Amino acid sequence: MDTAFAERRRRDLIVAVVLAAIAATVPLFVKDVYVQNIMVLTLMWGALSQSWNILSGYCGQISLGHALYFGIGAYTTALLFTKFGVLPWFGMLGGGVISALIAMALGYPCFRLRGHYFVIATIVIAEIGLLLFHNWDWAGAAMGIEIPARGDSWLKFQFPRSKLPYFYFALVLACVAWLVTWWLEDSKWGYWWRAVKDNPEAAESLGVDVFNSKMGAAAVSAFLVAVGGSFYAQFVYFIDPESVMGFQFSLLMALPAVLGGIGTLWGPMLGAVILIPLTELTRSYVGGSGKGIDLIVYGGLIIAISLARPQGLIGLFSFKHLAGRLSSKRKEAVR
Amino acid sequence: MTAETIIQSLASGLLMGLLYGLIAVGLALIFGLMDVVNFAHGEFLMIAMYATFFLFAFFAIDPLLSAPLVAAALFVFGAVVYLLIVRFAVRAKANAGMVQIFSTFGLAIVMRGLAQYFFTPDYRSVTHSWLGGKTVSIAGIYLPVPQLVGALVAIAAFGALYLFINRTDFGRALEATREDAGAVALVGIDKNKVFALGWGLGAALVGLAGAVMAIFFYIYPDVGASFALIAYVTVALGGFGSVFGAFAGGIIVGLVEATTAMLLPPSLKAVGIYAVYLLVVFVRPRGLFGSM
Repeated sequence: MDTAFAERRRRDLIVAVVLAAIAATVPLFVKDVYVQNIMVLTLMWGALSQSWNILSGYCGQISLGHALYFGIGAYTTALLFTKFGVLPWFGMLGGGVISALIAMALGYPCFRLRGHYFVIATIVIAEIGLLLFHNWDWAGAAMGIEIPARGDSWLKFQFPRSKLPYFYFALVLACVAWLVTWWLEDSKWGYWWRAVKDNPEAAESLGVDVFNSKMGAAAVSAFLVAVGGSFYAQFVYFIDPESVMGFQFSLLMALPAVLGGIGTLWGPMLGAVILIPLTELTRSYVGGSGKGIDLIVYGGLIIAISLARPQGLIGLFSFKHLAGRLSSKRKEAVR
Repeated sequence: MTAETIIQSLASGLLMGLLYGLIAVGLALIFGLMDVVNFAHGEFLMIAMYATFFLFAFFAIDPLLSAPLVAAALFVFGAVVYLLIVRFAVRAKANAGMVQIFSTFGLAIVMRGLAQYFFTPDYRSVTHSWLGGKTVSIAGIYLPVPQLVGALVAIAAFGALYLFINRTDFGRALEATREDAGAVALVGIDKNKVFALGWGLGAALVGLAGAVMAIFFYIYPDVGASFALIAYVTVALGGFGSVFGAFAGGIIVGLVEATTAMLLPPSLKAVGIYAVYLLVVFVRPRGLFGSM
């Protein structure tokens, strides 16, 4: 194998361990609940976007319907707990498995579609899911489900009095999503996905199983997103169709990866670290007026970044880029 | 359910479908021209509806009279959006598809925010117009006049668009550019100018639709979102890039919506449209009339 690539992978892993260790100590210094809440959301959206990135970034099948899997994760956990008393941990696993199976069932007809036809199919399928949950009385229909708070407990995975357990779980979730991506990048699947993304016909002729690599990416991606949705339900204690399956969730999953760098290992986390605090801050400082300034800032930022850095912000952080800037400065200094 | 009520709802479905076609055709035109999907298309409709409302509220101009003004204003707006945003988005060297989706989507969010800021989130409506609230009875079927006129406007607009594309120099330049943008540059056609005019034309068509919609629909900052998805489905159903496909797609969507509303609870009426879209593309992955 390419030694430069192996070297880069080792460096990525070391950087990730260091960053995770630093992140784990942050709550020891930051006690403010508002800030802790933003940190939980940042890690969660980072993990979700990382999972979305597996199908849409690496494999190139752009999905704007991942809210479906997020919602299924949230609903499976909430329904199993409130109706049958099943612990959320099993709900989390069950939601993930159900989502992965649904993703493959939907992928079967959808992966024949190309370009915008595929994107619109993903939007439309998630909308059908949303409308069905809206009309499903047993699942609370439009009223949604409230998860009763029974006091702090790891067993029931609920902590009404503290954000810290949520923070550490979200951190684990982000690390798992990152590690899965890191591991898959150098697996047979990772190579297949990039080949499928770049040129499906050429990949097929070289013996890549195009259809099954798309199915694999969809299953992994949906499983992880559903686990995130399940976490979200435990975090907010109340879910209804709009709040877990709405189109904006599909979009929020895609945005960090797009802004950070789609189809890259670090892009989704970088995008989330920039985007989520910014969204939350604009919402609480200028959005409360209901005047839409938060939307203007947010939308303007999306336009600016997508036009100015189509490859994502991650390029700004690469060693080559930094080295290039340093050397050009040095040249200027010499002149 | 009597035969009469079935015909009644299919007739209203047909009228609404023609309007859906008019809303969607601008999208189809722009896609056919340069393979770009405008994810702010619903917001174009929204500002057209607001423009109609304000012309009515401040100058008492009836939507029927203001429709050409609104279309002209949207023409300018569409061309400006191309020159300021889309022109740069299509030049992106990496992730071109994502850049188009997200730059136009960012525009949609900004437009919604601006509408909230300047127009407030309140629901507005054109309270009294020449056509508003009137119905007409044709062979025992009652049809709402605004939708009927809207459908006639849509048919006229499609006819005019057909003649325009096939019979005028600009229409031919448009066709030539969509076929081979590189080659037209060699014969002295400025590609950017054609694209800008194409965006103007696409926006003018949705402006016309907005003026008609304003007669019978509430106007609020998020109104575009509910029609945008229908417009995408309409265009994709007909086949991306096909102007005739948008016309046919609109009619199908209107009829399917009316049929679903008869069979399922009203809150599920969109499910029928989405299901038909999926069925069509699973059988024909390029839509009904798309060439690809």
